[in-house]
Amino acid sequence: MAFDNAYEALADAHDDARWAFGTGFEDPLSGVDTTVPSGVDGDDLARYCLMLGDDALVLSHRLQEWCTRAPELEDEVAIANIGLDLLGQARLLLARAGKADGSGRGEDHYAYFRGEHEFRNVRLAEREHADFAQLVAVVLVLTTWRLAVFQRLRTSADPVLAAIAQKGVNELTYHRDYAAQWVVRLGDGTETSHATMVAAFDDVWPLVAELFETHDVERRLPGVAADPAEVRGEFDDVLAQVLSAATLETPQVRAKAGVAGGKGRDGRHTEAMGYLLAELQSVARAHPEATW
Amino acid sequence: MTVTEPAPSEAELERHFEHTIAKDQRIEPRDWVPEAYRKTMIRQIAQHAHSEIIGMQPEGNWITRAPSLRRKAILLAKVQDEAGHGLYLYSAAETLGGDRDDMTEKLISGRQKYSSIFNYPTLSFADVGVIGWLVDGAAICNQVPLCRSSYGPYARAMIRICKEESFHQRQGYELLMTMMSGTEQQREMVQDAVNRYWWPSLMMFGPPDDDSPNTAQSMAWKIKRHTNDELRQRFVDMTVPQAEALGVTLPDPDLAWNAERGHYDFGAIDWDELKQVISGGGPCNTERMERRRKAHEDGAWVREAAAAHARKQQQRKEVAA
Repeated sequence: MAFDNAYEALADAHDDARWAFGTGFEDPLSGVDTTVPSGVDGDDLARYCLMLGDDALVLSHRLQEWCTRAPELEDEVAIANIGLDLLGQARLLLARAGKADGSGRGEDHYAYFRGEHEFRNVRLAEREHADFAQLVAVVLVLTTWRLAVFQRLRTSADPVLAAIAQKGVNELTYHRDYAAQWVVRLGDGTETSHATMVAAFDDVWPLVAELFETHDVERRLPGVAADPAEVRGEFDDVLAQVLSAATLETPQVRAKAGVAGGKGRDGRHTEAMGYLLAELQSVARAHPEATW
Repeated sequence: MTVTEPAPSEAELERHFEHTIAKDQRIEPRDWVPEAYRKTMIRQIAQHAHSEIIGMQPEGNWITRAPSLRRKAILLAKVQDEAGHGLYLYSAAETLGGDRDDMTEKLISGRQKYSSIFNYPTLSFADVGVIGWLVDGAAICNQVPLCRSSYGPYARAMIRICKEESFHQRQGYELLMTMMSGTEQQREMVQDAVNRYWWPSLMMFGPPDDDSPNTAQSMAWKIKRHTNDELRQRFVDMTVPQAEALGVTLPDPDLAWNAERGHYDFGAIDWDELKQVISGGGPCNTERMERRRKAHEDGAWVREAAAAHARKQQQRKEVAA
């Protein structure tokens, strides 16, 4: 039986691939043909990859903040898992940006050495989670939206983006399911949890409209990018179904305005973003010459 | 009419238990065990689980600041593994009748311990590497023999856990290798982390054999396979050449190869420090416990909601049926 072979089981030392995705490589796109398809503007493709990559990187950061704070150990594992998947998506997309714009810059350059105004994530991704209800509300909204976008990107004219989306769809389906189940439990659970869930959606909702605004970069990449405006209906259907099962109403709150005409996709962020980046980038920037 | 065998007497059950142990076979959840074995085993597994859960904190401290995305992925995966180990171990304790809520309560009220090493702070990113190398290395020395624990579910849990710990240890060592070939500042960070973690790592094996009252019984029950001092020596012997390869100095002027013994000699361990840390006076005991308590308390409304929802679902099913 297996336990009699403990030492043998431990002996096969070279199987890092069996551990979590992303632990065994420096360059996520190593060996991949990253030629930009003809007729596609490399700089725009890079900008688009940064938008999607920054969403994942920044939301992953917020999930990392939950580490050792989850309400139950099963959720500790699940939240870390979602954080890891999103980090993996971010790495692929940031690496793709560095190939597409011809700069050859690696994922770490984009993550650690850009200023706040250069980050292109939607503002909801950087929203802090005051409690577990906010966490699941944010994850439900962002993964439902992202899943719909990624489903379309599977047929992107950029084969690298299509492959990243293909991998991401499976992950996001699980993330959405995890968040939806919790929204239902909390909405339907106790009076306290219901009220907390209502407050969480009221907090999140003003940043939802921004997700579906088509950006100029997306307009300039027909066939490559997915138009987020097209997924609004699908998003509304999923949310309506989950909110109904959770005995919750769709929040009736006003959308948050941008700043000087710009929002997250334009590099205009909330005040929380500066602190997030200060933390994320602190060690890398303190030792710019270092190798890790 | 069914004929039922008379229930075996306690003496017979005890003989069967002793026989299973003597033949190096595994005790399984359905088997009768002496109450003292059951209690000891639950405590051993629970304290191991607590160590995994509290052990997430010192490394978790660096996840959001990890200086490369690859290191961030490694660290997040590692801390996630530790949560998984904790879950797995609490489940193993449940097969003996332990209750997870009760074990958590014992942890946050301080009635059950966790490994003293996690009461030390992580002060630079090099600590992440040193914890992987030394702390996980020491844990592996301690835990590999437990893959042959007489309690089957624990032994099997340990196989999987040791496997993942070996990933962790290699990742830690590889980070240190990379840092040692980096800048002067990075090398200083690594040496400083080694200076801080070397002695506490040696303390992870517990008090010396002549001051370890439970060892004899645990060895007889085969839930412990080597004494604290044997394992400590094995760890030192294994680690010294690794330190040389890395180019760091272990902070012990008495550390020297003893050809006669075939082992490294090492200096006296400050057992007063271990006692102080175990009894709550370590640099981070209060913070570690407080964090765990707060997470548990902050999550209470979530767990209550999940239970309430499950009850409602059940009622709805019954009404529909």
